[in-house]
Amino acid sequence: MTGEVAAAASGGCHLFSGCGFPAPGLQDFNLPPIFSIGGWGVTKPQVLAVLVAIAVIGFFWAAFRKPKMIPGKTQSLGEMAILAVRDQVIRPQLGKKGDKFWAYMVALFFFILLCNWMELIPVLQFPVMSRFGFVVPLVAIMYITYWYHGFKTKGFFGYFKSWFPDAPLFIMPLLGLIEILKYVIIQPATLAIRLFANMFAGHLLLSIFMVATWYLMGMSIGLVYAVGSLAMVFFVFLLELLVGLLQAFIFTTLISSYLADSLEYQH
Amino acid sequence: MTLADAAAPNPLVPSGAEMIIGLICFAVVFGILGKMLMPRITKTLAEREDAIEGGLNRADEAQAEAQRVLEQYRAQLEDARHEAARLRTEAQEQGAQIVAEMRERAQAEARRITESAQAQIEAERQAALQSLRSEVGTLSVELASRIVGESLTDTARQGRMVDRFLEELESRNGTAPSAAAGTGAGAGQ
Repeated sequence: MTGEVAAAASGGCHLFSGCGFPAPGLQDFNLPPIFSIGGWGVTKPQVLAVLVAIAVIGFFWAAFRKPKMIPGKTQSLGEMAILAVRDQVIRPQLGKKGDKFWAYMVALFFFILLCNWMELIPVLQFPVMSRFGFVVPLVAIMYITYWYHGFKTKGFFGYFKSWFPDAPLFIMPLLGLIEILKYVIIQPATLAIRLFANMFAGHLLLSIFMVATWYLMGMSIGLVYAVGSLAMVFFVFLLELLVGLLQAFIFTTLISSYLADSLEYQH
Repeated sequence: MTLADAAAPNPLVPSGAEMIIGLICFAVVFGILGKMLMPRITKTLAEREDAIEGGLNRADEAQAEAQRVLEQYRAQLEDARHEAARLRTEAQEQGAQIVAEMRERAQAEARRITESAQAQIEAERQAALQSLRSEVGTLSVELASRIVGESLTDTARQGRMVDRFLEELESRNGTAPSAAAGTGAGAGQ
């Protein structure tokens, strides 16, 4: 969002003032470093990722550092949060044996959720997960976990064998290829791209309406459109609030389902 | 802007620095949650569940205990009722027995008294009869001797005469006393 920030700082670029619409684009996702430590330029999403980590740890530290039988407000909230993850994300896919992934899922869900909602906090205003680099490690961890559990439960060859369903032999080459692609490439790739693309698109959408509101503002007919654009900002803001939550939920739910696939023999 | 646009790299190519920072951030969050905070809260949750279950169990136990004591009291009350009823019937039986015994004893006593009275009366009657007989004999002999003027001094003859007379009297007395008295009087003359 530096585009419009820069424009605002430089006196503004408005409708009928002779300059074109500074459309947000890819350049808004490749931010220049804010500061540098020993020659390494630290960018905004990197700072935000660290802030998110501190926030998640801080909240759960406050909630569960000294857990009590009769919980206080923070602990109640924390319990609601982790029980929601257990009952809505883990249990439907994995049942009770999925409880060993509880901490993993809680960490993953709230890390992604806050990273996504960073888009909506004034001044910060950047979804960390719209940088593909932050999505990759999360998917890599999932990838390792689900291969590891597949091998552990079914054995090395048993795991590969479990990929192939009971199907007529003539269809096996095609089906086998699809199954291999699914487990090796499609599942992790879709998981990563879904999260990244949603946050990327959301940020772009929000930026466009914010920049447009600023651009259209002035003593002209543009004001009417500016109001419409501002309304869209509010609408997209709420939408992104939902999308951020939904994407965190979908990401963890799909990992649960993939893990269930690794732990079960049935398809 | 157009320059930046041209220079913008493919957004699907992850940056190395971001991957490292992302990995470290998530690892720290997961590490602290998984090693420290989640075990604590799961332990507390389990304890709470235990406590609630324990409380319910304790309540159940208390209720069962109360029920048991109530049953016990009811049983005791029932026993006491039975005992009281038993004692009452026993007392009634004993009372009736005592009354019967007393009545029997009283009757026996009454019978005894009656019998002894009758015996005494009989004895006295016999004694009276005896004395009357000798008296009547003496008197009538005296009277007869006076009337007849003949001394009947021979006691043996006197006695036999009197006895015969009295036997006659008695035998007549036994069948028809009034007639006997009449004939007695006639014979006496």
